[in-house]
Amino acid sequence: MTARCCADVRSDTAAGRVTAADTLTAAIDRAHDVGAGREGLNIFAWRDDDDARRQAATIGDRLADTTPGALLGVPIAVKDNIATRTMPTTCGSRILEGYVSPYEATVVRRLREAGGIVFGKTNMDEFAMGSSTEHSAYGPTRNPIAPDRVPGGSSGGSAAAVASGIVSIALGSETGGSVRQPAAFCGIVGVKPTYGRVSRFGLVAFASSLDQVGVFGQTVDDAARGLAVIAGHDEMDSTSADIAVPDYTAAASTDVKGLVVGLPKEYFPASLDPAIRAKCDAAIAHLKALGATVKEVSLPHTDLAIPVYYIIAPAEASSNLARFDGVRYGLRITGDGLRGMYEATRSGGFGSEVTRRILLGTYVLSAGYYDAYYRKAQQVRTLIANDFRRVFDSGVHVLFTPTAPSTAFPIGAISDPYEMYLSDIFTATANLAGVPAMSIPIGRIGGLPVGGQFLATHFDEARMFNAAYALERALGAEARA
Amino acid sequence: MTTADSKTAGESWEMVVGLEVHVQLKTRTKIFCSCSAEYGAAPNANTCPVCLALPGALPVLNAHAVALATRAVLALNCEVQPVSVFARKNYFYPDLPKGYQISQFDKPLALRGWIEIGTRADHSPIRIGVTRVHMEEDAGKSIHDRFPGVTAVDLNRSGVPLIEIVSEPDIRSAEEAGAYLRVLKQILEYVDVSDLNMEEGSLRVDANVSARRRGDTKLGTKTEVKNVNSFSGVERALEVEFARHVAVLEAGGAIEQQTMLWDGSTVRPARSKEGSHDYRYFPEPDLPPLILDLQWIEKERHDLPELPAARRKRFASEYKLGEYDVEVLTSNPRLADYYESVARAHGEPKAAANWVMGEVMATLKTSDEDITRFRVRPADLAALLGLVRDGVVSHTAAKQIFARMVATGDQPAQIAEREGLVKVDDDSQLSTWLDEVIAEHPSEAERFRSGEKKLQGVLIGAVMKKSKGRADPRKLTQLLTARLTS
Amino acid sequence: MAVTIDDVRHIATLARLGLPDARAASIVAELNTILEHMDELAKVDTTGVEEAIGVGAEGLPVRADKGPPFPLARSLDAFAPSVRDGFLLVPRLSTHESPEEA
Repeated sequence: MTARCCADVRSDTAAGRVTAADTLTAAIDRAHDVGAGREGLNIFAWRDDDDARRQAATIGDRLADTTPGALLGVPIAVKDNIATRTMPTTCGSRILEGYVSPYEATVVRRLREAGGIVFGKTNMDEFAMGSSTEHSAYGPTRNPIAPDRVPGGSSGGSAAAVASGIVSIALGSETGGSVRQPAAFCGIVGVKPTYGRVSRFGLVAFASSLDQVGVFGQTVDDAARGLAVIAGHDEMDSTSADIAVPDYTAAASTDVKGLVVGLPKEYFPASLDPAIRAKCDAAIAHLKALGATVKEVSLPHTDLAIPVYYIIAPAEASSNLARFDGVRYGLRITGDGLRGMYEATRSGGFGSEVTRRILLGTYVLSAGYYDAYYRKAQQVRTLIANDFRRVFDSGVHVLFTPTAPSTAFPIGAISDPYEMYLSDIFTATANLAGVPAMSIPIGRIGGLPVGGQFLATHFDEARMFNAAYALERALGAEARA
Repeated sequence: MTTADSKTAGESWEMVVGLEVHVQLKTRTKIFCSCSAEYGAAPNANTCPVCLALPGALPVLNAHAVALATRAVLALNCEVQPVSVFARKNYFYPDLPKGYQISQFDKPLALRGWIEIGTRADHSPIRIGVTRVHMEEDAGKSIHDRFPGVTAVDLNRSGVPLIEIVSEPDIRSAEEAGAYLRVLKQILEYVDVSDLNMEEGSLRVDANVSARRRGDTKLGTKTEVKNVNSFSGVERALEVEFARHVAVLEAGGAIEQQTMLWDGSTVRPARSKEGSHDYRYFPEPDLPPLILDLQWIEKERHDLPELPAARRKRFASEYKLGEYDVEVLTSNPRLADYYESVARAHGEPKAAANWVMGEVMATLKTSDEDITRFRVRPADLAALLGLVRDGVVSHTAAKQIFARMVATGDQPAQIAEREGLVKVDDDSQLSTWLDEVIAEHPSEAERFRSGEKKLQGVLIGAVMKKSKGRADPRKLTQLLTARLTS
Repeated sequence: MAVTIDDVRHIATLARLGLPDARAASIVAELNTILEHMDELAKVDTTGVEEAIGVGAEGLPVRADKGPPFPLARSLDAFAPSVRDGFLLVPRLSTHESPEEA
């Protein structure tokens, strides 16, 4: 069973055929039926159904609006690193246990202004550092398709909320693949916008030059509608782009005849799982059949993405997480004097992966190592970005690749940190280059979902959605086979 | 000011000083958020998600801070960098909410400036280089003795815009350091970018000092002196710390590079060790590079107000004022503005200078008032000076009128009429008063008549008093001389 | 470049992470494994390549010097661990302790 798609919810709510309360009740019932709670799939870090009902009650007043809100009456799950005013924002960490933000993120405000209902905060890897949602202080989230397996991470809770049919849309966040990879593992759509497309004001920072709020959808259309509402310039975010937001749903009606699809050979290495390769080949065949031109291209610096990412992201994170010191909010543990308080609070509040990354990040920025690590990584990052620019400048409209090197692995299967980092091997390049990317389901292997990824050039989400809509339509039920 | 050789520690050692001056820019709101930057609010009243460093908050740069900073660096003859980059300076302190300060590191707003602080014995100018000026945010305040056992933190000041002005180590004595600070402060007052109030913390000074043998070109190991809260304090602290350096070096020891704290009379080491100051600077990812339009920079340069040196020169040539008068009248730009308005309205610069330096400044000093709020408008003072020049009131009466103007803000001519202070030079009235005074002071009159000319003052003074200052002194003197000449 | 336990203790201090010795020892191994992979970057020729600053951003926007301030739905004492008379309280530093000593 799936949730009703948000286009239908919106039009039925606007026409008075259904109330927001009804839709909300369906979501609450579904959450109960799938065992979304702590003992089950552990999807939500926090739910306040009374609060959600209060939100739903206000929707009735908005039916007289000239233009109904784009997400009128649609319940939406929000990743727990996005600030909300009525529910806590813990980022999956002890250090923010019970912290209720006194302001809300721009993206949350936009959702509510569009008539959306915030249906709970979802579980995540602590401070978005992880690829499996096993690193939460509040327990792992389970993949609704296969509950002994991970949903991917770090936005595993949001992915699971959509994959289990509770909501049709959820917000996540991306730094190295944290929306696309869980979307692939859970068999749903996940979008990372161009860096600067969506405001980061209220998104708890992990790596500032990489972070973006991302959208999960049951379908491409759900994700497109979600992105359309949250995208656009925000004066509270100096990195947000002042560029108009096109109508992404218009891409649904466009066909892909003449679309030039590039296949970067570095994303189809000899070591790629043959079953995943087969699913990709099938998808590519569909694109060709629809009239797209498919050609091999090269992004030669791809295999440097993981080392570059794992220098830049932890470095920025080590600085962004310095504010968690027990002084103004969150956890405070006393120790010997001020320094003792800092150390007890931070060692008591941060989990092992976060600690590891803060140390790594501090190290690569420290005196004597900055040039060899951080500066070098930022230079190689330019080379990675230039790879994309060259390919897109050569007449390629979108790129197609597998989203992840594997399907969802069992909970507890990967304990080596670097092995876990390799889950991002096909996704981190887009964050480094700032280009938009999205994953759509393209099949299953042994019942486990496989994702195919589209990438486009900066601010060309419309073209990316165009290809995704077309492939989704062409695959039909194959996407779940 | 001519340079003085360092008198302490013999002639064999030379003091080398560089100064870092932090100046708060007088914007209405903070540098990265819209909270008020005003001094004196209730603790933590001026805070928001950004300056509290709440999770998810982001900085947005204040345009006026950029404008004021640019004005300041242009006034210091710096090369404005069209592209500058904000950077994070990472360290932990309770009044540094983000755990990093947003500053500028290897790409600051301005480089390679200078100011002239005086002349040497051979009349060559003493020029002190400004290595760089960068923009940054201020931290909050930590108050250690308000409550027992805890430190109280107020983040109102967190995020107020600062510029940091770093001088070259060109300063060679405590006096030069004082001169540098006074000249710097005056220039910044002239371009009106800051309140420059050391008590309120809108101007702060850290000094770097080292010693070397005269003739050496290599710099000695330096120490940093902090916590000085006056310019004279800087001078004293430098002398003390330099003497300490010399004593150590003469005894064959080595100077340890460390931070020293001034307590008003001595320096003592701060307890931190070197090596823990690894700020791990990296470019601020939340702020793209600041790109300044070259035309805009040129317009700011063009629109700079007249700077002190230029103003002094012009006052000397245009108003034919001597060095002392020029110094006093240009010491403060608003005073200079006031003077010019008076001088231009009145037409006699020297008379205007006397009055402004005399009555006006004395009044301001007594009432501890600012010239910008002074009740006597320049046009009105000029009118008063006109009355004096035209002989309508005496100089003494003018002083009384001035006092009334200060008290009431009324026009001088009105006051003169109303209080009967218009000068009397009518012979019969003067003679009447003179006769009365002679009658009241028979012995003095007699002695004056017999030749004790110095008693003239007493007699004239008595008439002035009787006439409430209205008597025309010249006429009066003539009449007195005529009356009491044997 | 190999990381030693002294390096780990030093960076833990810089990051104010109270790291017990046992944990510090295992971190040394973890970091070294990770850093080994980073050495690949040293082989890349980056002569004349600019660092990626402001990926996708278009220059630095500025705001007017005016309020109102961004509102807080709850005041500081609703979420701060320790507040008195409007001040945030932390364990006392001695009067002249510099930031680096905290």
